[in-house]
Amino acid sequence: MTTQWETVIGLEIHTQLATQSKIFSGASTAYGAEPNTQACAVDLGLPGVLPVLNEQAVRMAVTFGLAIDAHIAPHSVFARKNYFYPDLPKGYQISQMDLPIVGNGHLDIEVDGETKRIGITRAHLEEDAGKSLHESFHGMTGIDLNRAGTPLLEIVSEPDMRSAKEAVAYMRKLHELVRYLEICDGNMQEGSFRCDANVSVRPIGQAEFGTRAEIKNINSFKFVEKAINHEIERQIEVIESGNKVVQETRLYDANKDETRSMRSKEEANDYRYFPDPDLLPVVISDEFKETVKATLPELPHAKKQRFIEQYGQDDESASTLTSSRELADFYEAVVKDSGVEAKLATNWMTGDVLGALNKAGLEISQSPVSAERLAGLLKRIADNTISGRTAKQVFDKLWNGTATADEIIEQEGLKQITDTGAIEAIVDKVIAANPGPVEQYLSGKDKALMALVGQIMKETQGKANPGEVNKMLIEKLRG
Amino acid sequence: MYNLTIAELAKGLRAGEFSSVELTQTYLQRIHQHSELNAYVTVTDELALQQAQAADAKLASGDASLLTGIPIAQKDIFCTLGVKTTCGSKMLDNFIAPYNATVVDKLNQAGVVMLGKVNMDEFAMGSSNETSYYGPTKNPWNTNTVPGGSSGGSATAVAARLAVCATGTDTGGSIRQPAALCGITGLKPTYGRVSRYGMIAYASSLDQGGPMTRSAEDAAILLQAMAGFDEKDSTSVDQPVPNYLADLNKPLAGLKIGLPKEFFTADLNSDMVATLEAGINHYRQLGAEVKEISMPTLKMAIPAYYVIAPAECSANLSRFDGVRFGYRCENPADLADLYTRSRGEAFGKEVKRRILMGTYALSAGYYDAYYIKAQKIRRLISDDFKNALAEVDVIMGPVTPTPAFGIGEKLANPIEMYLSDIYTIAINLAGLPAMSIPAGFINGLPVGLQIIGNYFDEARLLNVAHQYQQVTGWHQQVPKGFE
Repeated sequence: MTTQWETVIGLEIHTQLATQSKIFSGASTAYGAEPNTQACAVDLGLPGVLPVLNEQAVRMAVTFGLAIDAHIAPHSVFARKNYFYPDLPKGYQISQMDLPIVGNGHLDIEVDGETKRIGITRAHLEEDAGKSLHESFHGMTGIDLNRAGTPLLEIVSEPDMRSAKEAVAYMRKLHELVRYLEICDGNMQEGSFRCDANVSVRPIGQAEFGTRAEIKNINSFKFVEKAINHEIERQIEVIESGNKVVQETRLYDANKDETRSMRSKEEANDYRYFPDPDLLPVVISDEFKETVKATLPELPHAKKQRFIEQYGQDDESASTLTSSRELADFYEAVVKDSGVEAKLATNWMTGDVLGALNKAGLEISQSPVSAERLAGLLKRIADNTISGRTAKQVFDKLWNGTATADEIIEQEGLKQITDTGAIEAIVDKVIAANPGPVEQYLSGKDKALMALVGQIMKETQGKANPGEVNKMLIEKLRG
Repeated sequence: MYNLTIAELAKGLRAGEFSSVELTQTYLQRIHQHSELNAYVTVTDELALQQAQAADAKLASGDASLLTGIPIAQKDIFCTLGVKTTCGSKMLDNFIAPYNATVVDKLNQAGVVMLGKVNMDEFAMGSSNETSYYGPTKNPWNTNTVPGGSSGGSATAVAARLAVCATGTDTGGSIRQPAALCGITGLKPTYGRVSRYGMIAYASSLDQGGPMTRSAEDAAILLQAMAGFDEKDSTSVDQPVPNYLADLNKPLAGLKIGLPKEFFTADLNSDMVATLEAGINHYRQLGAEVKEISMPTLKMAIPAYYVIAPAECSANLSRFDGVRFGYRCENPADLADLYTRSRGEAFGKEVKRRILMGTYALSAGYYDAYYIKAQKIRRLISDDFKNALAEVDVIMGPVTPTPAFGIGEKLANPIEMYLSDIYTIAINLAGLPAMSIPAGFINGLPVGLQIIGNYFDEARLLNVAHQYQQVTGWHQQVPKGFE
């Protein structure tokens, strides 16, 4: 009998907090500057310098804690994590160990239509290290300390996930949340949102966890899924061939799609954590918590429920349109500006707008068509100035230019013919010119009607309202 | 001129009896003349004269403080912009600080003239100034003896009239012990009273900068300029700085003095006891009430200190890795070689010993037994002081077990060396302010009396010390050959 395996996954996610300055110094956190131009005396770890905590980072950590319904520690402590590395200027990282700022919380994910609650053990504040640059220094290593001291919130989940799919769903949900809260820009290419995964397997039914491996630095949703699935297979293979999984840290190689060992438990550092005597304990008052709570935005889940109720959206549309705060805001701006029925806006957003953005590889914030210009278009559909079909042409022009929908309709003469006399003349003309299809329709072939409508639309250059045409044609044919 | 105190010099400068430039020249000349004391690591002649000229201009315009134009020695632990800052170590022999410590900035704003940077035990680890990479500083009272440490260069400079006053730092006694051994006045303020920014860290939770002067009045003037909240130091305390000169002349009638019986045991020899008792008798005559108190946890101070301070220093000194500044070994083979040789070649024995002790105390499996236990002891010691200071206004006792000991005498025996701080270390653990004032001599060597006060009660300490100095002359004694 072959054993059925169950996977157990916990994630540690490092989110770079979107503060202007570093967690313990006044240097800028902007990405992409010339090496070592954003590293002040404190970031360089010069003799005698001292850290001063950035209050904004604390506020962001508390914001996150409140959003996941977590315990906010009234008293949390920074500790020194000691290890030597050239891009770690002080020889220790200031982090939190025994008393993190955010305690027990949770996040609900949805996988295959099922909702599952994932526990979040803790989230703590720490400083990032710099970067070692191994290229182009002739056998030497360059050190760039611009990133040193950038604030991170390390979010540690419970080992509650049972598949790579769940892990990805959790990661996406967290990614969505931190951007909603505007505490992290979520830019994975720039390393603003990085993931380490703890993975183990055990025979189904076994209560104890298997030995876990930690996979470091998996920096895209796709890689997380691949890396975890790869690791699951590897561990099952190890066990099934009679060996034991060893506790170790493994690195995912996206090019080869494999994980390889970095260091074993025995080689692991003894970080000799102890409270940092340069920093006072962080004290969070109830009052502070309340002020932060008051600034919390509507969270994704609540927003989705509201979209379903307020705009009559189905579950899928609501999920899509609330997947980022910018997208939801865009949608609501369109509804508000246009004053049209919400359904029309929903269809355009989930269809044409997101389709065009995906095709162009753009975020909603980069959309060439603003909410206001889109609203201008929807207004003209709703008041029958243009047909839905014409609207698609106008949208293309909105996308590729700067004119408003009204300007485009005017310039291109796309206004729908509302003069029934003019349409009637064309209908009569088409009926007279197409005795065949008329005959077919009257003998019961409904399809023939479409050919006649098509002819009429062609004659009107699409400017007639297809519904009107249809109605008029049937009336005339039925006499 | 070089025997005058800050207060006296300030008058002379204003009266035009001499200029700051003249005063500075006199001191620079003395420094070079007495280089055998090895008090200075760096003498900043040119900078000093520039500052003196600027001070004279300020004095002439009437825009001057009591410290304007006063020549000072900075302990080489304070970063000084554009000036070598060595911390007494080969590791920083090539380190030119790119910024000023807050204390240095504040003193510069007050108009001081920096004569140079004075010698110290390497990274402030030592009680004799013998661990300095630059060799031991000598005690001007007897050049075969040590000046104490770690602020030994500061104490010698002030005692030998190679500076009017000096800055020091005190982690376990490093201001008070050398002040006692050199017969000057030294004050370790409450932890958090003086900014630590730019003061190279030894043990961050204990380090505190303070004044080293010829009199309590001078200490008040210097502390006035050094103290205050600094937003760059999270552990500095945001509390207004009182006028330290205001209370100097308050009578001491009714002052309650506590003498911990744990300070006056058989370990303290009879000469020391007699000298201190004579000192305390002056206070009785000034109307103070003296009573014996008990602080049973004091005996645990040294073991607790030698866990906490090395633990903190083991992390504080990790930044000296040969990567960004300071000493780097020649031709490192790889990263591990760069680290081990740079640190191995540039740190002295005592620094290595403390890094090893601290690393050990923080290691997995030992942390609770050492570091956590030491922190608990620290709390007990603080409680003992708190209880005692609820009963009495100040606590008095010895600063050191003996007067200055011979150069080389204790270097080979670290434990014996550590015991020279037995009366000072507990105060750092509690974070309290304390002073050392000259209280007599044994065999021609000065003896210090320690006065310990409550948190932020520096004004009272200065008052208590000043009143003593109004009725005694110990602080006015000048070592032979330096008059």
